[in-house]
Amino acid sequence: MTNHWVDIGNADVVLVMGGNAAEAHPVGFKWVIEAKQRNKAKLIVVDPRFTRSASVADIYAPIRTGTDIAFLGGVINYLLDKDKIQHEYVKAYTDFSFLVDDGYDFENGLFSGYDAEKRGYDKKTWNYVKGEDGYVKTDPTLQNPRCVYRLMKRHYSRYTPEMVEKICGTPREAFLKVCETMASTATPDRAMTILYALGWTQHSQGSQIIRAGAMVQLLLGNIGIAGGGVNALRGHSNIQGLTDLGLMSNLLPGYMTLPGDKETDYAAYIARRAPRPMRPNQLSYWQNYEKFHVSLMKAWFGDAATKANDWAFDYLPKLDTLHDVLRVFEDMYQGKMTGYFCQGFNPLASFPNKAKLGAALAKLKYLVVIDPLSTETSEFWKNFGEFNDVDPAKIQTTVFRLPSTCFAEEDGSLVNSGRWLQWHWKGAEPPGEARGDAAIMAGIFLRLRDKYRKEGGAFPDPILNLTWPYRDPHDPAPDEVAREYNGKALADLADPKDGKIFRKAGEQLDSFAQLRADGSTSCGCWIFSGAWTQAGNQMARRDNSDPWGHGQTLNWAWAWPVNRRILYNRASADPAGRPFNPEKKQIWWNGSAWTGTDVPDFAAGSDPADGMGPFIMNPEGVARFFAREMMAEGPFPEHYEPFETPIGVNPMNTNPRALNNPAARVFRGDMEVFGTARDFPYAATTYRLTEHFHYWTKHVRINAILQPEQFVEIGEDLASEKGIATGDRVKVRSNRGYIKAVAVVTKRIKALTVNGQKVHHVGIPIHWGFTGVARQGFLSNTLTPFVGDANTQTPEFKSFLVNIEKLQERS
Amino acid sequence: MKVTRRQFFRISTAGLGGSSIALMGFSPAEALAEARTFKLERATETRNTCPYCSVACGLLMYSSGDTSKNVRAGIMHIEGDPDHPVNRGSLCPKGAGLLDFVHSPNRLQYPEVREPGANAWKRISWEEAFERVAALMKEDRDANFIARNAEGATVNRWLSTGFLAASAASNESGYITHKVVRSTGMIAFDNQARV
Repeated sequence: MTNHWVDIGNADVVLVMGGNAAEAHPVGFKWVIEAKQRNKAKLIVVDPRFTRSASVADIYAPIRTGTDIAFLGGVINYLLDKDKIQHEYVKAYTDFSFLVDDGYDFENGLFSGYDAEKRGYDKKTWNYVKGEDGYVKTDPTLQNPRCVYRLMKRHYSRYTPEMVEKICGTPREAFLKVCETMASTATPDRAMTILYALGWTQHSQGSQIIRAGAMVQLLLGNIGIAGGGVNALRGHSNIQGLTDLGLMSNLLPGYMTLPGDKETDYAAYIARRAPRPMRPNQLSYWQNYEKFHVSLMKAWFGDAATKANDWAFDYLPKLDTLHDVLRVFEDMYQGKMTGYFCQGFNPLASFPNKAKLGAALAKLKYLVVIDPLSTETSEFWKNFGEFNDVDPAKIQTTVFRLPSTCFAEEDGSLVNSGRWLQWHWKGAEPPGEARGDAAIMAGIFLRLRDKYRKEGGAFPDPILNLTWPYRDPHDPAPDEVAREYNGKALADLADPKDGKIFRKAGEQLDSFAQLRADGSTSCGCWIFSGAWTQAGNQMARRDNSDPWGHGQTLNWAWAWPVNRRILYNRASADPAGRPFNPEKKQIWWNGSAWTGTDVPDFAAGSDPADGMGPFIMNPEGVARFFAREMMAEGPFPEHYEPFETPIGVNPMNTNPRALNNPAARVFRGDMEVFGTARDFPYAATTYRLTEHFHYWTKHVRINAILQPEQFVEIGEDLASEKGIATGDRVKVRSNRGYIKAVAVVTKRIKALTVNGQKVHHVGIPIHWGFTGVARQGFLSNTLTPFVGDANTQTPEFKSFLVNIEKLQERS
Repeated sequence: MKVTRRQFFRISTAGLGGSSIALMGFSPAEALAEARTFKLERATETRNTCPYCSVACGLLMYSSGDTSKNVRAGIMHIEGDPDHPVNRGSLCPKGAGLLDFVHSPNRLQYPEVREPGANAWKRISWEEAFERVAALMKEDRDANFIARNAEGATVNRWLSTGFLAASAASNESGYITHKVVRSTGMIAFDNQARV
């Protein structure tokens, strides 16, 4: 989230789209109700189903699954066409005036530079025009047809209300009502927040859906302000933290990135990640990259990381390509993988096409499952009849299952969706011989290190030199680890201004501003620096006072970065440094420094007259409508159909190559098992219920009782066409498998008219499986297609095709 | 209906109906005032946060025992933390059922192994588990580690073993996991954020 849960209460308009917060984040959703009560806020819900969030909405607009870009593109067109934008904001704080390369073009569904063979783009034209001074050229009058504003206006002029209705099935009046309500926040004194979740991410163009949402917010001047922002309601309790800590194929802690295959030169590796400002007087904060990187390498490799060996640059693996989970399972399926670890993760249930996943796991030599619970993945080799029809004798994988603790049995911190690091305390011992994850990792690591010490082997250096300074090497304690990722001085640190020592060697640092690139500081995750300072554990703070009444509670826990609660908050003040909305002011210039109700997201002493832009992490200094070369499928979000489309055409173009996302990666074999509307005529989508948490609560008796029976939801129209009544057993098939469930016939899902034809949705809740205390059921990912978003490779769980038939059997 | 204080507690703690019985007017006034004390007065209170979604509601966990060395604490009640600025004491149907998660009959107790072709688990010791897992890792890493790519550049990666990390694990567990995994050169590494 750019903002945070309590801040939702500051909104005047709330858009819930690509999520169903009332059901999936019910306690966070209280703050939407708070906004309605406090500010008479209007709640807009856009969803294929009339959800629990919709039931308390002021405006509900139905939409066909997978068409969010068409809808949001229509909103962008409306705002630009009706000139409902916050002019001062977009002019000063975005790339509106930047001039774009003459070669950049968009034609019949494709951007310039497409290579059909590679399913990707040569992106060299997706860039700005630079002047002789090295800076990007701009046209502040916005008259130049090659400025971002003009290009964007032209691009989205095609997204008319008629086109939105044709693609999305959203009735025109409902769409225009939504636009009008959103547009009411283009004034400086009103804020809209966007709340989304996996309903936006789990599409083959999910990242671009989110970009489109962010573009709407920028046009309205809603980024960086109280009650505004683009807010991902993250699913798991520490999915934010694990992402912050970089536990992904291509990342290092704090959104730093691994070097690529061709990045053999250390200086060039750093330079690419520390871009010079693209406009005069801009900060481009990533110029500090090397300080964060060297401090990380000192935290991990200690004395083995020296200036002479480029801070152990060769210890880092170089990335040949992204090894995301879909690719890894593809490799596993091809027999290219030997071993796999699943720590608190149940991939057999969590990735698409269960049949392929199970077959892939069966090709491993060893699988190690670390979990508090008995997961389906750990028993993929066991026969559970129709739910998992395998022959154990034929599966040669050795499977280890190691019991870990749960939240109640450990100290530690989690990062909530609003970036707060909150400390929690242990209340009991774990059952049996269960151990904490850190102790289990230590157990494996110490054995491995021992073997490399004694026997040698392939490049043992990073393993042998990994710092392991923990009091009990077999069980690194949370407080020691937290101190390590916060960072400390390795030598006495002197202030360059006056030469005074402000931190002695061994002392904890106050923030990443103190990090150095000369090896005199260590820090395991620069954005977490400040969490455990010399003054102690800031994450354990429990003062919930709220002196300004805006819900920022700066002394409750600790938020990254530097305890800042609203990101980009410089944009809440006008170019002269005065709050746009004095009622909900965030930060302001007091004549000599920036101050406010939140920690300023800005250079503290930068005089507004110097013209530094508020988006200090971007080398432009401003926010980007035009994404340059950073996205796989284009600088502007464009509508493409889901890979399984119920209409079989893309009404935005006539180009067969631009039916679906032209830059999405599809493996051979997966393309062949996509279904078509002829055999599978119904649009399907997956979601979960408020009583359930993915596959965990199958193991929790009270939740298994509250919502026991596997079901699917269909509308009354479809039910009568197929002769299905509530309570009938039905079989739902995709081109990859089937599930059986009880039908719930509902008024909540209505047929939509799309491109002149009727489209029905089938709603498929996830939860059931073959282990647990709940009634057994089918893993719903039996049905879903093996394709991901072109940038993140997040699977397209929200839009696919199925057929449905009534079964004679009764439950 | 007249109930004594003790009878009222029996009714209230018998099930989910406790609060509605009170609402229906069956409660003696003095009992209402002391209900919480009776249930939890001898418990140890520990602050935690909900492990499910990222609203991260504050929790109060109550465990039996007085935390002395020879007493094994057992959690007997979990409720929302009224001081917490986000949830202000409330919990959803998942958070309110956390006690059944902590005490799920499916909590794993011991390290186990399923041997190739076998149809059942076998209990093993932690020592055996660590030894065997480390041996399998080393065998694969030594056989398949890629020190240089086709162009001869140093790449030092290990692609044939992968790791999925837990997005409900603490930052501290996650950090240690990352440190260990990267030191081996693994790249097939993700967490639930990929989904």
